[in-house]
Amino acid sequence: MLEELLGLRTSQIEVIGLGVLVAVTCALVGVFLVLRRMAMMGDAISHTVFFGIIAAFLIVRDIDSPWLVVGATAVGVLTVWLVEVLTRTRRVKEDAAIGLVFPFLFSLGVIMVSMFASNAHIDTHVVLLGEPALAPFDRMELFGVDLPHATWVMGAILLINLLCIGLFYKEIKLATFDAGLSVTLGFSAGLIHYGLMTLVSLTAVGAFDAVGAILVIALLVGPPVTAYLLTDRLITMIGLSMVIGAISAVSGYFVARALDSTISGSMALMVGVWFALVFLAAPERGVLAVLRRRERQKWEFAQQVLAVHLLNHPAGELEERHIDHMYRHLRWAPHFAQSVLQRAQRRGLVVPVDEYLELTPRGQQLARQLLTHMGQG
Amino acid sequence: MMSVRPAVIDVTDLTVAYREQPVLWDIDFTVPSGVLLAIVGPNGAGKTTLIKAILGLVKPAAGNVLIAGKSYREQRRLVGYVPQRGSVDWDFPTSVLDVVMMGRYGALGWIKRPGKAERKLAREALEKVGMHDFAGRQISQLSGGQQQRVFLARALVQDAEIYFMDEPFQGVDATTERAIVALLRDLRERGKTVVVVHHDLSTVIDYFNWVTLLNVRRIAHGPVAEAFTPHNLALAYGGHVAFVPQLSQQGAA
Amino acid sequence: MERLIDLLLDYNVRNIALGSAVLGIISGALGCFAVLRRQALVGESVAHAALPGIVLAFMLLSTRAPLVLMLGAALAGWLAMLSVIAIVRLTRIKDDSAFALLLSVFFGGGLVLLTIVQKSGAASQAGLDTYLFGQAAALISEDVITMSSLGIVILTVLLLFWKEFKLLSFDRAFGGSQGFPMLALDILLTALVVMATVVGLKAVGVVLMSAMLVAPAAAARQWTDRLGLMVVLAGLFGALAGVTGAFISTLERGLSTGPAIVVCISLLAVFSLLFAPNRGLLRERLQAHQNRRRLRADLRTLQEPEV
Repeated sequence: MLEELLGLRTSQIEVIGLGVLVAVTCALVGVFLVLRRMAMMGDAISHTVFFGIIAAFLIVRDIDSPWLVVGATAVGVLTVWLVEVLTRTRRVKEDAAIGLVFPFLFSLGVIMVSMFASNAHIDTHVVLLGEPALAPFDRMELFGVDLPHATWVMGAILLINLLCIGLFYKEIKLATFDAGLSVTLGFSAGLIHYGLMTLVSLTAVGAFDAVGAILVIALLVGPPVTAYLLTDRLITMIGLSMVIGAISAVSGYFVARALDSTISGSMALMVGVWFALVFLAAPERGVLAVLRRRERQKWEFAQQVLAVHLLNHPAGELEERHIDHMYRHLRWAPHFAQSVLQRAQRRGLVVPVDEYLELTPRGQQLARQLLTHMGQG
Repeated sequence: MMSVRPAVIDVTDLTVAYREQPVLWDIDFTVPSGVLLAIVGPNGAGKTTLIKAILGLVKPAAGNVLIAGKSYREQRRLVGYVPQRGSVDWDFPTSVLDVVMMGRYGALGWIKRPGKAERKLAREALEKVGMHDFAGRQISQLSGGQQQRVFLARALVQDAEIYFMDEPFQGVDATTERAIVALLRDLRERGKTVVVVHHDLSTVIDYFNWVTLLNVRRIAHGPVAEAFTPHNLALAYGGHVAFVPQLSQQGAA
Repeated sequence: MERLIDLLLDYNVRNIALGSAVLGIISGALGCFAVLRRQALVGESVAHAALPGIVLAFMLLSTRAPLVLMLGAALAGWLAMLSVIAIVRLTRIKDDSAFALLLSVFFGGGLVLLTIVQKSGAASQAGLDTYLFGQAAALISEDVITMSSLGIVILTVLLLFWKEFKLLSFDRAFGGSQGFPMLALDILLTALVVMATVVGLKAVGVVLMSAMLVAPAAAARQWTDRLGLMVVLAGLFGALAGVTGAFISTLERGLSTGPAIVVCISLLAVFSLLFAPNRGLLRERLQAHQNRRRLRADLRTLQEPEV
């Protein structure tokens, strides 16, 4: 029915379905990468699992072996560990350690492909782009359902992620927002950290076939970052990221079809497009809202400065309160000072008495409030 | 009687905000020439920000700063600066002598490289802080106190009239603390003005003759005997000062 | 022997050797500042983000003049950097996420453009593919001349403002208090790092270029405690790895240059981390071992009288 409605073939729907599945799985673990400030570690992992896949393939010589997934995931975790070991020697900082480890392993992977595995049809374009359009040709029947092999694999990974994050949700949340408290409560920060990194590696391995080594990072980081601009609640952020991931995947597919271009590249591009839209227009944290708020705050703040200034220089210090000299004391541009005075008068914070400014009772109250409030900080 | 001496630092109506959140509210004070001034206040009181605003490193939302009657830009040659020790990466590949010579960069101006004269000045400054033997050392091999003395030497080669020091006593050993105190006295005898962000209330009376109590706004400012009172301290710290009894004893004596 | 001389006189070989050496020197030297200022990942982002710039420059101007493609790359890299700064300033998104997002989205966009160009059949003529993993064998003398000229400009500016850049990298606030415009210097130095990244893209590729900024610097830091020597050494290491890797890649058909160079420079970095005389980890281990033995011996002599 869906096929008729959209004029799509089954294989096309399967490709879209796989894209959505990959995007949703990435978004789920990506939320924690973003919140734990480990986005670049995610970038490193998505590069090095490629090395893991190739190395494991050269050992078992079977592209469908589950050992490939195990080996590649292990290499992803190994990356995290190597970066930590390097950083702990205090010879290099963390960013440089990341920049040392993953290009090396990734390069080894690329070289191994061109030297030993040239008959395995892994060329550099597949490394970078993946090939979701090929997925429907490699099928597997489970429980009487016939679906692309990659869909089964990715579905299993999503299930594992959901299970792990669901079971340890409370612990992961605590370790993400308050690592110190989590340790004092007896949850091992290291265990949670490596647990999450294992999930990220596993996800990157699963996503590799569909979107390649580098575009995974767009799906890992993009949807969570977009959701981060829309909500403050972790559970909502997770849900939103998965929805945004799915939308990016579907829209990416159709963009690719329209341009007759790469599906995975278009998905990454659409991740960027949706982010840009939210970045501009998000109700509270979007650029337009932020700029409008900052503009309002600027005037509000300037009036507060004026009120505090007048309170600090009471009746005796006439010179400090002369209307025409105000801008000079506060070092404001004359027209800016003019505008601030007008706004403050309109709000009933100050009144001009002859050539001098006086705080109204309301203005005095505001200034006092500000000062006592600050003194407590 | 203090007002007879000319003001070298004149801060008026200074307000500084980060993202419209005020860190300093309408600060006014003047510092006469030749005093040793401690800026004290609780954490987050804006002490470092005050120094940075005076040095033009952060842009104020309102107000003005004059150094010896002119803007900082025109007078920067008169000013020496000791940033917080922890603000730099001590694993940076450079030597003690090199760091001290950085104090001459401003006087050298663009592009010109330090030479023999600068090296000589740097060695003399290191001698003054008791670090002469360390000139060739890589800076990562220094202890915390030694790092602080290197920073002081760097300020000394600036050959300034007014010095700003951000927490120079933070986490240093006894030798370094004595060296800094001796240096402060020496600077004062030579008629220099020194402004120090300070944490340890118990040494304010011994080390300084002027004090500014700060907590987002100016709580008190003046000679130690006048401004450093239990009342003002309670205002600045919100009444949680374990040190107050000791002070009142001294005040009574 | 005769073959070796033939090899050295060969026009292609000369281009490959010169180009790889130049790229190694420049990225090594500028990489020192990137690493010391904890901007190691700036190179990663700029390099990936450069891809759409290269392809667009080719599509719009239908030329493959190296300078044009490099300018396109630099503009796209800059645009990504500016976007990162805007995102970090205006929202609560942290810089690591912003870098990761921008590099992958730009790269994805670049691949979309690249596949479109490839369908038109023009890409293979333009050799845009080589920009992914680098192909030193594709360097022509025009490339080498452009790389060298840009290299001279970059290194001259670096030398001219050496003192100021050193101040910026070590103690920005102190530099500002002395009246130097630190923001302008920051922009200038970052621009040099962007240019250094872009210069090597054809030989090393957008995917792996960041390693050419990080690894030579990390290796050089192990051998010296002086910034000047570190920059010189990093340049030498970069050139050495560049030339070695480029030649290894020409020996094997289908082997890209980027990975070969990166493996060379990474091995050099690992060697330096382990075996450098002062900062080497091996020496640290030996010393810790000796200290423990001495301590144990001391303890024994202390205990003996009591027994």
